Amino acid sequence: MAELESLFQGFAVAISPFNLLLMFIGVLLGVIIGVLPGLGGANGVAILLPLTFTMAQTPGGTTSAIILLSCIYWGALFGGAITSILFNIPGEPWSVATTFDGYPLAQKGRAGEALTAAFTSSFIGAFVAVMLITFLAPAMANFALQFGPPEYFSVYLLTFCAFVGMSKGQAVKTIVSMMIGFALAAVGLDTVTGQLRLTFGFTDLLKGFDFLIAVIGLFGIGEILLTLEEGLHFKGTRAKLNPRVVLDTWKELPRYWLTSLRASAVGCFMGIVPGGATPASFMSYGVAKRFSKDGDKFGTGMVEGVVAPETAAHAAGTSALLPMITLGVPGSPTAAVLLGGLLIWGLQPGPLLFVEQKDFVWGLIASMYLGNIAGLIVVLTCVPLFAAILRIPFSIIAPVILVICAIGAFTVHTSVSDVYLMLVFGVAGYVMRKLNYPLAPLVLALVLGDRAENSFRQSMIMSQGDMAILFSNALVGGLTTLALFLLFWPVLASLIKRIKGG
Amino acid sequence: MSTTVGNLARASALSIGALALAVMGGPALAWQPTKTVEFIVPAGSGGGADQMARLVDGIVKKYKLMDQPMVVINKSGGAGAEGFLYVKDAKGDPHKIIITLSNLFTTPLATGVPFNWKDLTPVSMLALDQFILWVNADTPYKTAQEYIAAVKKAGPNKMKMGGTGSKQEDQIITVALQKQTGTKFTYVPFKGGGAVNTQLAGKHIDSSVNNPIEGVANWRGGKVRPLCVFDEQRLIYKDKITETMSWSDIPTCKEAGVDVEYLMLRGIFMPGGVTDEQRDFYVQLLKKVRDTPEWKAFMEKGAFNQTALTGDEYKNWVAKAEQVHKDLMKEAGFLAK
Repeated sequence: MAELESLFQGFAVAISPFNLLLMFIGVLLGVIIGVLPGLGGANGVAILLPLTFTMAQTPGGTTSAIILLSCIYWGALFGGAITSILFNIPGEPWSVATTFDGYPLAQKGRAGEALTAAFTSSFIGAFVAVMLITFLAPAMANFALQFGPPEYFSVYLLTFCAFVGMSKGQAVKTIVSMMIGFALAAVGLDTVTGQLRLTFGFTDLLKGFDFLIAVIGLFGIGEILLTLEEGLHFKGTRAKLNPRVVLDTWKELPRYWLTSLRASAVGCFMGIVPGGATPASFMSYGVAKRFSKDGDKFGTGMVEGVVAPETAAHAAGTSALLPMITLGVPGSPTAAVLLGGLLIWGLQPGPLLFVEQKDFVWGLIASMYLGNIAGLIVVLTCVPLFAAILRIPFSIIAPVILVICAIGAFTVHTSVSDVYLMLVFGVAGYVMRKLNYPLAPLVLALVLGDRAENSFRQSMIMSQGDMAILFSNALVGGLTTLALFLLFWPVLASLIKRIKGG
Repeated sequence: MSTTVGNLARASALSIGALALAVMGGPALAWQPTKTVEFIVPAGSGGGADQMARLVDGIVKKYKLMDQPMVVINKSGGAGAEGFLYVKDAKGDPHKIIITLSNLFTTPLATGVPFNWKDLTPVSMLALDQFILWVNADTPYKTAQEYIAAVKKAGPNKMKMGGTGSKQEDQIITVALQKQTGTKFTYVPFKGGGAVNTQLAGKHIDSSVNNPIEGVANWRGGKVRPLCVFDEQRLIYKDKITETMSWSDIPTCKEAGVDVEYLMLRGIFMPGGVTDEQRDFYVQLLKKVRDTPEWKAFMEKGAFNQTALTGDEYKNWVAKAEQVHKDLMKEAGFLAK
């Protein structure tokens, strides 16, 4: 067990009073950054990166620096869930799927329960991912190398297929919503041809439609408009403030062990590939809904519907650091910034980092364990506090939310036009909801449409237009088949039922 | 014919020293920033330009080279057009600077977005980024010539060259390489240089023209192999990177019989309409940054060409580079209609 020995050395490096202090500071900052929509983990880490520069010059300083930055990342992963559950405003892209059941729970007065479930699942997801990193890092890194454009496309296809058909209501509305998402995702620069698309000469459209702006508008502003119409108060006002809510929820959680396990697997897979935390959360929610006994009740406030996306998002967010360390390929935008940090500090991510910078790598891995524990303690003690936010009168909290949303939208690209865009999305979100068009397919298409399109076209360039490339080896063939299976599962299931029923 | 983009840096290298002396000897500078300086990066976070900008930011903060704070802002939309238009529109504003890569030339030429480097004030070149021809380490090709011969033998469109984006530097080099050697690659565009090198390590593509810093990790890990560098001289860094090789052991592509050169600008510009005093403040600031050990270590790590020009020399270099890009892109059919 050479890994265990290295890990304990890592703990020895990470557990100094200074590093522990940095850990708590990082997690706190991260939670705040995660709560503010728009100011994502990537921005937070990027802003603090130059500050760590001096820190990294001292002996052992690179470990302290990465502890601070990665703890901001963990904090942001935790924090994203808070506003999703309380106000239906995803603080981070990967917490969109958390709103589906988290917000209905809060509306039923069970905000504390939803928050506890979200935080605990996040912790479990991260823990599974760190274990994986500890023991299987080199093997996993080589697995990630298997992924070329066709493999990426099949993963995105799998995400879409896992998710399709899960929205209630008319199928045609789901398709319309998804197509709007694809259209919005196509705006801006096309990587494959290097041409601008659908910008109509507007400078503001050059950067395309950012997923975060759309989400803040569609969910956050849309929700406030709906609440305005329905009587100027939050439904969750009567959230009971039970200090024992954490313990009570913990008693309930072991029931969802299978969901947790599936979600961790999906998350780790998507993090290592690297597909990212956002697709992981959607895929996991879709899979959980498909396989749960209570699948029909998803979207009405099921704890299971919070457990699935949160576990997967955190597992993916954590395991995304693995391809960054071993391959120098970031699995998420935040990992990309951390990667830049390593280079600036004079470390070389890549296959040899494990050999040459043992202290650093194992210090980082140890800090993943400790940082997540620190994060869990910080957020769980604050659950009653967060839930109490819902007791603030709507007339006070709504303007505050509006301002925070506006700041968040501005922060994404430091651009004022994005604030107006957010308002337009807000009105669109309100109208869509009044007309019963589901928002989730739009959001999913917006976040993955661009990547799916690129990887598909790259595959077609590579194969000179031959679709057989999507079945050219066991990996890509298996993923594509699984995707098609999930897509046609509802048809298959009803067929099987009919045959069985005679 | 010989395709020589990199020649541009050659002429002026000698005069840098003289210029630096002249600047240092000058009187105390009258102008200083009076509010936060925005440092615009016309590329995504985590990429080469972004790393350099954040390093500069870190050095300025560490050595307290400026009284006012600096903030790095990514404006990557439309292959960097968003950032360039932002600075172009800030005419006369001395509190904005922008770091450029080759998209200073390629973006307006390929997309037709209305800006040109002449809309901006050239401040200082920081360095030139190198390009290297890489293949997977499991392939039998030990030299550029062997590889090119294999590409020829395989036939047109059979070998895959991966690169960052479309109609940008990687594809321009690929086109120049094809023209010089009479080969034809299938060019596969990816979003970033790191992804390209991983694709090469995973054997999904046959070769790439990654920057040294993008390929070094996989090189040292024994996954990819450098064949030649697209510069007129070998890299100057003699420290061993792998067991047996240093950067300076990589032959130039010209030596290897593939006469293609290309260097990418990493330079700083300001909005148009600023005063000479305001520009000189940043010239001085960047000179101090380049003198720090951190900067030098970074240059070595990324195996940069350390040519750094200012003033008219810089301006002339940029003008020549623009013409070269125009010619290459015109021949390749990359110009916006």
